[in-house]
Amino acid sequence: MASGNTLEIPSQHQAPPEGEPRRRDFLSIAAVSAAGVGAIAIVVPLVNQMNPSADVLAQATTEVDLSKIEAGQGVTVFFRKQPLFVRNLTPVEIAAADKVDVKTLRDPETLAQRTRGQKNWLVTMGVCTHLGCVPQGIVSGESRGEFGGYFCPCHGSQYDTAARIRKGPAPKNLMVPDYTFTSATTISVGTKA
Amino acid sequence: MVRAIAILIGAGFVAVLSWALFWSVEGLITEPPAATAVAEFHLHPKEVALASNGLLGTYDNRQLQRGLQVYKEVCSNCHSLKHVAFRDLTQIGYSAAQVKKFAADWGTKAKQFDPKSGDTTERPNTPADYFPTVYYPGQGNPPDLSLITKARHDGPAYVYSLLTGYGEPPAAMLKKYPDAKTPDGLYFNQYFATLNLAMPPPLAQDGQVTYLDGTKPTVKQMSADVSAFLAWAAEPNLPTRHGYGLAVLAFLAFFTLLTYGAYKNIWRDIKH
Amino acid sequence: MSFPWAKHYAPSNGFTKWIDERLPLPRLVYGAVGAGYPVPRNLNYFWNFGVLAGAALGIQIITGIVLAMHYAANGGVAFDSVEHIMRDVNAGWFLRYAHANGASMFFIVVYIHIFRGLFYGSYKAPREMIWLLGVTIFLLMMATAFMGYVLPWGQMSFWGAQVITGFFSAIPVVGETIRIWLLGGFAPDDAALNRFFSLHYLLPFVIAGVIILHIWALHIPGSNNPTGVDVKGEQDTVPFHPYYTAKDGFGLGVFLFIFAALVFFAPNALGHPDNYIPANGLQTPAHIVPEWYFWPFYAILRAFTVDFLFIPAKLLGVLAMFGSILLLFFLPWLDSSPVRSSNYRPLYRIFFWLLVADIAVLGWCGGSPAEPIYVILSQICAAYYFAHFLIILPIVSRMERPQPLPNSITEAVLAKKGGTSPAHTALSGSPVPAE
Repeated sequence: MASGNTLEIPSQHQAPPEGEPRRRDFLSIAAVSAAGVGAIAIVVPLVNQMNPSADVLAQATTEVDLSKIEAGQGVTVFFRKQPLFVRNLTPVEIAAADKVDVKTLRDPETLAQRTRGQKNWLVTMGVCTHLGCVPQGIVSGESRGEFGGYFCPCHGSQYDTAARIRKGPAPKNLMVPDYTFTSATTISVGTKA
Repeated sequence: MVRAIAILIGAGFVAVLSWALFWSVEGLITEPPAATAVAEFHLHPKEVALASNGLLGTYDNRQLQRGLQVYKEVCSNCHSLKHVAFRDLTQIGYSAAQVKKFAADWGTKAKQFDPKSGDTTERPNTPADYFPTVYYPGQGNPPDLSLITKARHDGPAYVYSLLTGYGEPPAAMLKKYPDAKTPDGLYFNQYFATLNLAMPPPLAQDGQVTYLDGTKPTVKQMSADVSAFLAWAAEPNLPTRHGYGLAVLAFLAFFTLLTYGAYKNIWRDIKH
Repeated sequence: MSFPWAKHYAPSNGFTKWIDERLPLPRLVYGAVGAGYPVPRNLNYFWNFGVLAGAALGIQIITGIVLAMHYAANGGVAFDSVEHIMRDVNAGWFLRYAHANGASMFFIVVYIHIFRGLFYGSYKAPREMIWLLGVTIFLLMMATAFMGYVLPWGQMSFWGAQVITGFFSAIPVVGETIRIWLLGGFAPDDAALNRFFSLHYLLPFVIAGVIILHIWALHIPGSNNPTGVDVKGEQDTVPFHPYYTAKDGFGLGVFLFIFAALVFFAPNALGHPDNYIPANGLQTPAHIVPEWYFWPFYAILRAFTVDFLFIPAKLLGVLAMFGSILLLFFLPWLDSSPVRSSNYRPLYRIFFWLLVADIAVLGWCGGSPAEPIYVILSQICAAYYFAHFLIILPIVSRMERPQPLPNSITEAVLAKKGGTSPAHTALSGSPVPAE
C-alpha cells in the first residue's frame, strides 16, 4: 500500500478558457461530424424503402385492346391501380366537343389536344380532379351529366364529351395519361410517345 | 434460508441429471450407435469456382446467361422459379426488348382468372410476370429453385456437386451395408443427404444444351453454369451488397479511428 | 443522485431556461447521460456494452418498423412477402439483413453485459433492482426474438413455433389447452402468426420501458466498477459526458464495424438454411435447432432424457430450461460474499471461468444434433450450470478468503499506473496469489 499515502489528486476538470478550443479538439468535432454524415446516409435507405418497389414499377404500363370497343362505348381498365376510361366517341360526341369555344373553359384544351391523332379514342384517368372519386358515365346506363360526358357524384363535377370540366368544383379536366398506339387497335398506357 | 433452499434445489437438479447421465452412458455402452451408410458415404459438396464466391464475389453475366439456358431447357421442365420475375433478367445483361420476347416465348403461359365467367385462360407472360409455377404430377417433389442455393449448406457448390455426383453405389458400401441398395425409381448420389433421390441425372451427357456463345457444353460446364444462375436467382443483390459493404466498412473504419482519437484526447489527462 | 459533487444543469440561454421551467427534459438527460452523472473513472471496455445494447435495440426498432411496412402476417403470403422485401423493395435486402443480424448482435452484447455483471458482482447490494430489471429485459428479449424468428414462415420458423409452444403442453392437466390457446389453433397457422407479429411489434417498446427503469435504478447507487469498491469522493469519478460519451462513441464504432461486416459480407452465416424453405406442416427438417443465442438453453432442455420418480422427462426439461433463467432472479441472495469484483475473489474467479466454458459447451451441444455424445456432454454441463448457481456460489461465497481490496478507486488506478504496489496488479485481471 505504498502508494496509498501519496495520493495524487488528478486535475481532471482543467477545462480550457471559454471559447478557446483545445489543440486536439478537432478530433471530437471530426468524430461528431462523421457520425452526422453516417446518420444522414442511413436515412436514405430508410426513406427510399417507401418508394414504389420494383414489382410495382414493373406494372407501370398497361396495354389496352381497342378492337372490341364500339363507337359510343367505353371501358374501364386498371392502370397503375387506378381506373382508366377508354372511350370510343361517336361523330356526334366529337362534333359536340369541337363546337365548344375553348376560351370559355376552366381548363382550356381542344379535343385534338386531348387525343393522340385519332379523335374518336378518348383515353383519360377515371379519377375526378377534385378529390379523387371515380366519375360515373363509362358504364352504359349511368348518368353522364348535363354535358354528356362524365358526372362525379361525390361533389357534382360535370365533364363534357371530351372529359373537360364544365361545372362543379373540379379544377382540371380528367387527366390524359401518356400513351402510344402500338398498333392500329392497341395502345400502351404509361409509355411516353 | 434462501441459500439452503437453493442448495436443495440444486442438488435435486444435479441428481436428476446424474440419473439421466447414467442411462445415457449405459445406453452408449450397451447399444453403441450403429454405423450407417449415410454417415460413412455421404460427401460434403466439392468446390466449384464461381465468380460469386468469396467476400468480394460478383456475377459473371455470360455464365448466368448460359445457366439460364440450362435452366430453361432442362430444369424448368420440373422445377419452378417462382420468386424470380422475367423483368429481373435485365440484371444479367439482357435488354428490355429481349426480356419482353423471352417472357412472351416462355413455354408455360401465365394463367388468368376471369371473375365473370369463372374460367381460367392463358396469356403470354410479360416482363412483370414471375416465372410461372410448374406443376409436376410425377414421383417426387421437385422443389422451387428460386432460393435453393440459400436453402442448402454451401448452396452453389451443393447444386454443382449434386448435378455431377450421380454414379453407381460403391461396391464397398454394398458389401458393408447390404440394406443401402438404391431403391427402385431412385438414383444414387453421394452428395444427397440420404444418398438416394428421385431426380434422374438431369445433365447426363455433354452437349445436352447448345450454348449460343460457343462454350463447350460439358456436363461440368453446364452444372457450374446453372449453379451460378441459381446463386444469382437466390441472391440477385449480391454485387450491390458487396459494393455498398466496402464503402460502409471504409467509412466505419474511418469513423472508428476518429472516435478513438477523440476518446484518447478527452481522456489524456485522466489516469484510469 | 447520491453524489453531492454531481454537476447541476444550468440553462445556457433564455430559450433553454424557458424549456427547463416548463419541461425539464434537458435537465433529465443531463443528469442521466450527461455531465451531471459522475461515473467511476476506472471502467474498462466491458462497461461499453450497456450502451451498445441500447443501440442494438434502437437499430432493431427502426429496421423493424420499416420492415413491417412491407411484411404480411398471413401463412399464405408471409414467406413471399419476405422475399418481396429481399428482391423488390428499395434497399429491402439491407433492411432485412440488418434486422436479422441485429438480433444476433443484440444478444452478443447483452450476453457480454450479463457476464460483466456476473464477474464484477454488479448484481450485489445496493444494485439488486438493476439486476432484477436486467433479467426481466433478457426474458422479454428472448420472447421477442422467438416470435420474430417465426415471422418469415420458413421451415425453422414453423417448427420452432411448434416446439416452443410444445413446451407448454408439458404442464400437467391444462398444458394442451394452454398450447392451443397460445396458437389459436391446433398447429401454428395464421392465428399464431398474426398474434406473434402483433406481440413482436409491441414487446420492443416494453423492453425500452424496462430499460428506462433499469437506468433509473442504476442512477440511485451509481455505476459499479472493476474494483467493486464504492466511490469515496469526487476524485474517484469523472462526469459521464464527455468522458464516457467519448468512450462509448469509440465502442459504437467498433460495434457498427462488426455489425456491418456481418450484414454486407456474411448475412446468412448465423441463420439456418432451412429457413429459406417455406413452412411445411407435413415435413420436419432433419435437425431442428433454434437460433444460436438459444442453444445453451436448448441443450439444457434436451439433457433431461429420462423420467425421474413420477415426473416425466419432458416436464423436467421444460422446468429446467425456464429454471435456468429464472434462478438468475435469486442471484443477489445466493452470493453472500461482501466483495463484488472477482478480481479479489480467487476461488470464485475460477468457477466463473468454468461457468463461461460450461455455457459455451452447452451452446455447442445445443446447436448439434441430438446424438449420444452431445446429450452426455449436455447432461454434464447442465449439472454444472445448476450446481454453479445453486450450490457452489452459496458455499464459495461463505468460505472464500478475498484478497485485500484497494482503499479507493483512485488508489487502485494510481497503483496500476505507477506499478508501485504489486498487490493491485490484480486489477489487470491476471490472477495473483493472495498475500
